[in-house]
Amino acid sequence: MAETATNPNAGPARWLVVAVPYIWLLLFFAAPFLIILKISLSDTAIAMPPYTPVLEGLGALGDFVSQLDFENYTFLMEDPLYIDSYLSSLRMAFISTLLLLLIGYPMALAMARAPTGWRPTLVMMVILPFWTSFLIRVYAWIGILKPEGLLTVLLQAIGLLGPGEQVQIFRTDTAVFIGIVYSYLPFMVLPLYSALEKMDATLLEAANDLGCPPLKAFWRITFPLSLPGVIAGSMICFIPITGEFVIPDLLGGAETLMIGKTLWTEFFGNRDWPLASAVAVLLLLVLVIPIVIFQNQQQKVR
Amino acid sequence: MAKSLGPVKRKFAPWTDPAATPFIRFENITKKYGNFTAVSNLSLDIYEREFFSLLGPSGCGKTTLMRMLAGFEEPTEGRILLQGQDISGVPPYRRPTNMMFQSYALFPHMTVEKNIAFGLEQDRLSKGEIEARVQEMLKLVKLEEFARRKPGQLSGGQRQRVALARSLAKRPKVLLLDEPLGALDRKLREETQFELMDIQHTLGLTFLIVTHDQEEAMTVSDRIAVMDKGVIVQVATPAEIYEAPNSRYVADFIGDINIMEATVVSAGSGNGSPGAVSLDCDGLAVAVAADQECPASAGDRVAFAIRPEKVRISLDQPADTSVNAAYGEVWDIGYLGDFSVFLVSFADGRIIRAAQANVSRLVDRPITFGDMVWLTWPRDAGLVLTR
Repeated sequence: MAETATNPNAGPARWLVVAVPYIWLLLFFAAPFLIILKISLSDTAIAMPPYTPVLEGLGALGDFVSQLDFENYTFLMEDPLYIDSYLSSLRMAFISTLLLLLIGYPMALAMARAPTGWRPTLVMMVILPFWTSFLIRVYAWIGILKPEGLLTVLLQAIGLLGPGEQVQIFRTDTAVFIGIVYSYLPFMVLPLYSALEKMDATLLEAANDLGCPPLKAFWRITFPLSLPGVIAGSMICFIPITGEFVIPDLLGGAETLMIGKTLWTEFFGNRDWPLASAVAVLLLLVLVIPIVIFQNQQQKVR
Repeated sequence: MAKSLGPVKRKFAPWTDPAATPFIRFENITKKYGNFTAVSNLSLDIYEREFFSLLGPSGCGKTTLMRMLAGFEEPTEGRILLQGQDISGVPPYRRPTNMMFQSYALFPHMTVEKNIAFGLEQDRLSKGEIEARVQEMLKLVKLEEFARRKPGQLSGGQRQRVALARSLAKRPKVLLLDEPLGALDRKLREETQFELMDIQHTLGLTFLIVTHDQEEAMTVSDRIAVMDKGVIVQVATPAEIYEAPNSRYVADFIGDINIMEATVVSAGSGNGSPGAVSLDCDGLAVAVAADQECPASAGDRVAFAIRPEKVRISLDQPADTSVNAAYGEVWDIGYLGDFSVFLVSFADGRIIRAAQANVSRLVDRPITFGDMVWLTWPRDAGLVLTR
């Protein structure tokens, strides 16, 4: 319905409500991003802070523009390490998201088809891991996956591994995939579950009744209707996995190339803040495409 | 408006023909859910081209019975025969039945066209055939302009039509309709009832409809099965169900009726005809002439039942007040437009309802609240119910 002047929601109070999220975004997203952008356009310096400021007061605006340079970005394009890191991150995120879908979809489907009384308990069990810190859970995987860890002990106990043999997973990409899939599974399952749960079960009966066997009915009815959940879950996982740092750092090895790790090394290892900032800015640009897809989908659902 | 009504319908009563073979046969069907018995040792025959209604309150097992025919539930005991073939164990997607769901169950991500074509695509018909059949169905339910819309963009009545078209598209041997018109408003429902009958007649299909709306069942059906707690109480034509209910339950469920406890004074021989019964309704003498022999004998407790529209109400005393006549006070009046219903109370507190058609707009002295009136009825108007 069209808004009218008599709408009690109009007026200053309404603007205040609308303004709060925007102020939040301005303070905690736009401002830090602009600072990073500024740093990425400056030169490295061995000093505190370790870069040459390009903007000292508004009076020096002309100065600032003349000092701006894109050499950090040029360097990113020249050194294959960065491009490889981006591509490797996207590849890892893509494979992880696919694995998450393969594991998460049957889980969500089973939850949505479970008796109504069980469902809250099942949802509870999916979010139960959040009660422990993320970092501690990733550390726990070190204990499981390391050569003399729980997995080796278990496999030796059931005889799948000889007494001298050890599981060689820790500090490989496999360990990173295990860690990512484990950590992100709830973020995949919950949107899928919410899409599947509100589906009317009589639709499948109708499909059956019209001559469509159950497996075909899944692909013709259930899956298309769950697509909003598939896209939401995939994006919610894909975007942060691309920039993931903790899991590849703790579980991955030297050959695990992910942009989050590269970024960390530039900031804290090489103390090259301008270059690291450029890496961060580019990462954001790389992720703009999936974010836009996600936004579009959300709009369509509404 | 000039409207073609099609050929005059002929009398259709295969159930009276002992040589006719039933199209669908439920044989001693029992369905249990844990300790709860939804359907109990039920047998029923339905004939080809019949428009058959399962009527009863919610929870009486009528939907369960229909779902067993569609294949969504398997009977715990007994078997279902379709054209003489046992269909137990045949999955729903291989049964020649189609169902129109109460919620319509339209696929929300498909257009109206795609919804209707869905069943045909499963049969691997050629593209041209599917297209032709979809067009035919759209025309049948008058939705040609809406072919490209999605169900979310349709009104309730239009969705109901899409559901009907989708379930008819495959030309099922039996069309199952689960409370098909429940979500429609009264006017639209009445229109649709007649359309349903038309479609059934034109296509020559067998329709099985589940409903709790007795008016709907009366309007559309060739025969009605009245169900209660998992058993069939009576199977008969709408007229028989209304005029000759076999029990208090059926009499009370279908339409409006006065039921009074009575004792049989004399029955059968001695009263002239074998169906003649004299009753004593706790002080009120009643004589009933029925076309069949009364199973009760003198001294039995039975019920006397009479429909309100068969009770005459008058301010004047009738010539014979010894039998089938009662004197009371008008306690309440319900004006329904076409009819007025008078609630007449007697000295002992009993109430009899009498309905009078409002045939004239102007009446000299209308009967009003507090009037003392005489109620009379002919011998062939009432019923003796032994159950």
